[in-house]
Amino acid sequence: MVLILLPLSTVSVAGSGEGAVLYRQNCSVCHGVDGDGGVGIPLNLPDFLAVASDDYLRNTLRDGRPGRVMPAFTSLSDAEVEAIIGYIRSWSGQEAPVYHKHALHGDVQHGRQLFEQHCTACHGNRGQGGTGTGVTFSRPREAPVMAPALDNPGFQDSVSDAMLKATLLRGRKGTPMPSIASLGLKEKDADDLVAYLRTLKIESLAGDSEALEPVIRYESEYDLEQTLENLKQAVVGRNFRVIREQYLDQGLAAEGEEDKHRVILYFCNFAFLNDALAIDPRVGLFLPCRITLIETEHGVQLMSINPKNLSRLFNNSELDRYCEQMHDLYAEIMEDATL
Amino acid sequence: MKRLFLLLSLFLVSPLLAAQDLFMVRSQLPFPEAMSVLQQSIGESGFHISRVQRVDIGLTKSGYKTDKYRIVFFGDLDELHSVSDRHPDLIPYLPLKIAIFAENGETLLLASSFKHLRPFYTSPDLLQKFDRWESAIREILERVRVAE
Ligand code: HEC
Ligand code: HEC
Repeated sequence: MVLILLPLSTVSVAGSGEGAVLYRQNCSVCHGVDGDGGVGIPLNLPDFLAVASDDYLRNTLRDGRPGRVMPAFTSLSDAEVEAIIGYIRSWSGQEAPVYHKHALHGDVQHGRQLFEQHCTACHGNRGQGGTGTGVTFSRPREAPVMAPALDNPGFQDSVSDAMLKATLLRGRKGTPMPSIASLGLKEKDADDLVAYLRTLKIESLAGDSEALEPVIRYESEYDLEQTLENLKQAVVGRNFRVIREQYLDQGLAAEGEEDKHRVILYFCNFAFLNDALAIDPRVGLFLPCRITLIETEHGVQLMSINPKNLSRLFNNSELDRYCEQMHDLYAEIMEDATL
Repeated sequence: MKRLFLLLSLFLVSPLLAAQDLFMVRSQLPFPEAMSVLQQSIGESGFHISRVQRVDIGLTKSGYKTDKYRIVFFGDLDELHSVSDRHPDLIPYLPLKIAIFAENGETLLLASSFKHLRPFYTSPDLLQKFDRWESAIREILERVRVAE
């Protein structure tokens, strides 16, 4: 297969542009095929491309935004990274800006005042960024584009002072991000804001990356039928609605021949589901809630996934609270059902 | 030609995505078309669909606004039985699933890898199973991504 494909691959990749192919494979899922944004923020805006240096793009790709959805692309080769950058540049057709690396000098205290006055409404009181993802179109949302996190180590380590200043002077047309002139501020204020922004950098949000126990498990002293009954009561007792009960192999096994010793209970609280999807539309993969009952000769067990693994899976620390909540909820429900 | 391009991109995509936690793709097809390509693609990888969970319907009925959002469950009966007999603690992760949802006239699809489960298992046949599932899921998604 490789032999047949190799000669073809050169032709086809050259034909559609390696950068374009790599962009579509790695980035378009979040940033849109033409860079319009989606789960990620837009990348094709003239005001963004005019201020973003190649260094900024390169470092952003490599480091990602730990805990803020944008992954770190560590397995792309240097040549592949350059090809992607070249492709992103092709959207504006303009030369990349180049910045000096020196720190700008500004008045941090004054910068803080300006930040609190003009910026926190969108970027958060610590520069932690807006809630939700990019420009997700699939549900109603407050802001057309989520304000990015300014405290993120991936951002702080990628951006130079000079690029920060250029961003503030220009603003970003097509997004809520204003230029400081439109806020009535002067160039000197930009230096002060930059000096203050530099104090915001946090350590990584991503938590330690060690995986946690994959399942939560409880033993029941009751038989399957009784345990299922208890479980339904426990679910309802926590304001969740039972939405479905089925055998594990239902839909795969012929009707009537399912394994009756493995039963899944799905349940949901739609307000909770709706909130979680607004933070990250991808979490639906693990919702609605599910607990599985398994009967063996040793008795009945209840099991669920461990939701604490999910915020890492999605690289989204905003989900931490939901995952903790879901973890405790699963544990409480299973405990109730086995008491 | 379309077929060749498809094979080609499968071949190209594999090494890049090897260590990912999540597999995510965008299809430029509208939701209904992407959904039908997905269903076909799952079959082409030798799996059967056991159920489609309509998350959006539940939300809408409860008064929340959302675009189309479904979870497609799939598997192979013999494999499901043998894996769940031998490794009952994997049962909460089975059958396999892919989430599919509409985004502005296009469609996003995603599935979890088994990366976060690997550290807890040593059985070589299970680790091989994870490999097989991951590459099958990537194939399934890649076919949807490139479908026109
Ligand atoms: C899983 C979704 C996802 C994928 C995949 C992804 N990104 Fe991102 N990206 C984001 C999000 C979300 C942000 C904004 C993060 C924040 O600061 O809050 C972002 C931010 C960025 C930024 C900073 C933009 C700015 O205005 O400063 C760049 C540049 C970027 N991504 C490039 C890429 C490239 C190139 C790829 C492919 C190699 C890629 N991203 C893949 C989600 C993603
Ligand atoms: C009305 C909301 C809003 C206000 C007010 C606002 N911003 Fe923004 N800001 C945004 C959005 C949205 C973006 C992302 C634009 C995009 O998609 O490229 C952004 C982008 C930025 C960026 C680039 C970050 C990146 O990852 O590319 C910086 C730096 C920034 N803002 C700083 C500030 C500062 C400092 C202030 C106060 C003077 C401020 N912003 C006020 C919404 C806002």
